[in-house]
Amino acid sequence: MPRDHYLNASYGIRSWLLTTDHKRIALLYLISVTFFFFIGGIFATMIRIHLLTPAGALVTPETYNKLFTMHGVAMIFFFLIPSIPAVLGNFLIPPMIGAKDLAFPKINLLSWYIYIIGGCFVLYSFSTGGLDTGWTFYTPLSSIYSNSAVTPAVLGIFINGFSSILTGLNFIVTIHTMRAPGMTWFRLPLFAWAHYATSLVMILGTPVVAITLLLAGLERMFHLGFFNPAMGGDPILFQHLFWFYSHPAVYIMILPSMGVVSEIIPTFARKPIFGYHFIAASSIAIAVIGFLVWAHHMFVTGESTYAALAFSFLSYLVAIPSAVKVFNWTASLYKGSISWDAPMLYALGFIGLFTIGGLTGLFLACLGLDIHIHDTYFVIAHFHYIMVGGAVMGYVGGLHYWWPKITGKLYPEALSRFAAIVLFIGFNLTFFPQFILGYLGMPRRYHSYPPEFQVLNVLSTAGASVLALGYLLPMAYLTWSMRYGKVAGPNPWPATGLEWKTDSPPPAENFHVTPVVDWEPYDYRNRPDLGLVAGASLTPAHGDD
Amino acid sequence: MHRTGELYGQFQTLEQQKESATLGMWIFLVTEVLFFGGMFLTYTINRHEYFTAFGVGSNTLDIKLGTINTAVLILSSLTMAMAVWSAQVGKKALVTGFLIATLALGSVFLGIKVVEYKQKFDHHLVPGRNFDVWYHSEHPLPSDDPKEIAAEREELEKATSSQNPKYDPDVNSHAQLYFSLYFAMTGLHALHMIVGAGLLIWLIKVSLSARFTPQYNNPVEIVGLYWHFVDIVWIYLFPLLYLIDRHR
Repeated sequence: MPRDHYLNASYGIRSWLLTTDHKRIALLYLISVTFFFFIGGIFATMIRIHLLTPAGALVTPETYNKLFTMHGVAMIFFFLIPSIPAVLGNFLIPPMIGAKDLAFPKINLLSWYIYIIGGCFVLYSFSTGGLDTGWTFYTPLSSIYSNSAVTPAVLGIFINGFSSILTGLNFIVTIHTMRAPGMTWFRLPLFAWAHYATSLVMILGTPVVAITLLLAGLERMFHLGFFNPAMGGDPILFQHLFWFYSHPAVYIMILPSMGVVSEIIPTFARKPIFGYHFIAASSIAIAVIGFLVWAHHMFVTGESTYAALAFSFLSYLVAIPSAVKVFNWTASLYKGSISWDAPMLYALGFIGLFTIGGLTGLFLACLGLDIHIHDTYFVIAHFHYIMVGGAVMGYVGGLHYWWPKITGKLYPEALSRFAAIVLFIGFNLTFFPQFILGYLGMPRRYHSYPPEFQVLNVLSTAGASVLALGYLLPMAYLTWSMRYGKVAGPNPWPATGLEWKTDSPPPAENFHVTPVVDWEPYDYRNRPDLGLVAGASLTPAHGDD
Repeated sequence: MHRTGELYGQFQTLEQQKESATLGMWIFLVTEVLFFGGMFLTYTINRHEYFTAFGVGSNTLDIKLGTINTAVLILSSLTMAMAVWSAQVGKKALVTGFLIATLALGSVFLGIKVVEYKQKFDHHLVPGRNFDVWYHSEHPLPSDDPKEIAAEREELEKATSSQNPKYDPDVNSHAQLYFSLYFAMTGLHALHMIVGAGLLIWLIKVSLSARFTPQYNNPVEIVGLYWHFVDIVWIYLFPLLYLIDRHR
């Protein structure tokens, strides 16, 4: 371990709560998003237990409505959206581009406080009556009819939006103006490209959902009418505005994960990434096309056939840049010398699950088929394959990959591989049966179901228990490793990124001297400084592979 | 990050710092455009749907006060631009002077807005249970001009008469939509003015200690960008809210 690093640069609670060091703020975010992951996870557990029997085993129908709503709100707005950008992005973007910090360190800290304040509002809503509108807050249910605590929840999400906006703004400016000498745009790690694209979606989409939820909240509080049909307002307009953000928000969740996978694959295949420029450009393409597909959530809500045709076509189009990434990752593996460390297992899991999630998305983009599977468990399974199988797998994989950098310690290898496999099996057992359930016609958001669906529901609940174990294991051994883990050294894998050139954990200012970049990205064949030379066989520094 | 003089620790040079700050503010303004954009879209769709009611609502606004406020804001943009220029050329006394002038004009705008809001409450034009678009014409105040009241009455009758090809039988509900948007849009605009005023007070404090120089003036410049943006929002709000269907 280095003698001076960011963790021991100063001590005391003030040195954390008033820090402007992006690495410490990333850890503040790590703790808070994990907290919300737990909250959302508890609701998910209760949902799965309830659905063990056809009549519902646990709660009343009203409570069931609240459970799935609060699960969605906690997981989407307070875990998935901030998870990779605010934790890994925050920690890694400055060292990856050779900067001492983000461009606006105080704004970075402010974004965390905004997140916490928004989170408090939402927790207040959860604990004083709950929330039963669905995470989508459709009007006029949310603005007039719901008897649950909608107002604080809407305000909380409104406030939290600004945390996301400030993070995105900070990343874009940082990537533009803070790069080290020699760090050209096409030497940027693909993780940084993915975060640049994510940030574009954050700054362009989030203000729209902020104003939309604010208007719905004002409608509820002051009896104004924007979306209230009784006054002539248009509830469909709310859905358009809501999905204008909330569909691109899916790309806020998945793009950073794709960035993580693009880092992990070449490291553990010991090969330069295939198609660097295509992967970089496809991130931007996903962000741009992602803004043009929102109304595919509304095929059965009343929009013109021609609009539906256009949105269906554009939804197919977004599959192209996603597929470009999958093909390039696969090509990067080809003839690589692959090692099966835990981060690699997560990355490979990501590719498989994301592919299933993406392809089933095409079913839903199909106008005819969507009538049949709209609002069924097919949709639930599809987006959990993207958000859990994709985004969360990437997040956990990224945590494993950069954990030695963040803490300076290694975690137990065999256990971490075992956990990755448990997570993969648990995930598939939970969500694959839901594809079948949905196709057979089980609607989402219902508290009971016909008895013939019970076997598949029991399978799904059993899978959820395995999945829970898959999450608890890493939480346990990663925490354990902070104290008892072996010292990692600056570059344990070894990897070519600039962040691995500094100490683990990095010093407060990231680099002792400003680095100068004179190598191409992912050059796993030609980095004698890391012991990487073409033709030589390689063993990872810690390795028994 | 500690700082040395005007340079914050994360930056290498003052130019890099200035470039970052300016880019950051422009990106923030982009998010503001989309923030207001949601309301402008809601406005556009509802106005298209209920043009008559929106015309009725618009004609109840006080066009004199609206025009004065528009002039006040444009003038404040001029003084703000002068403050930025003075900072760039290093005229320290002028910076403070122009900032104070901008703050004063902004306050005048907010004061006039308060008067206008009070009128809406008096005229029962605030959405909710007591909203009544007919109220003012039926209960005029002694200070009101009887000719204007008569014109208002006539317009309301025309809007609801089935002889009129564009008549609106439910003008009261639809005018509530107009006033919902009026309060949301001008309210959020006013909130941005208040934030701007706070920023100006901070700038005035800094400029009194003569910190701004031709080398270091980006706080004035980026607050200027913000102030101009808020003015531009009003430049759109004024015709969209005050000038609907006035050409008679």
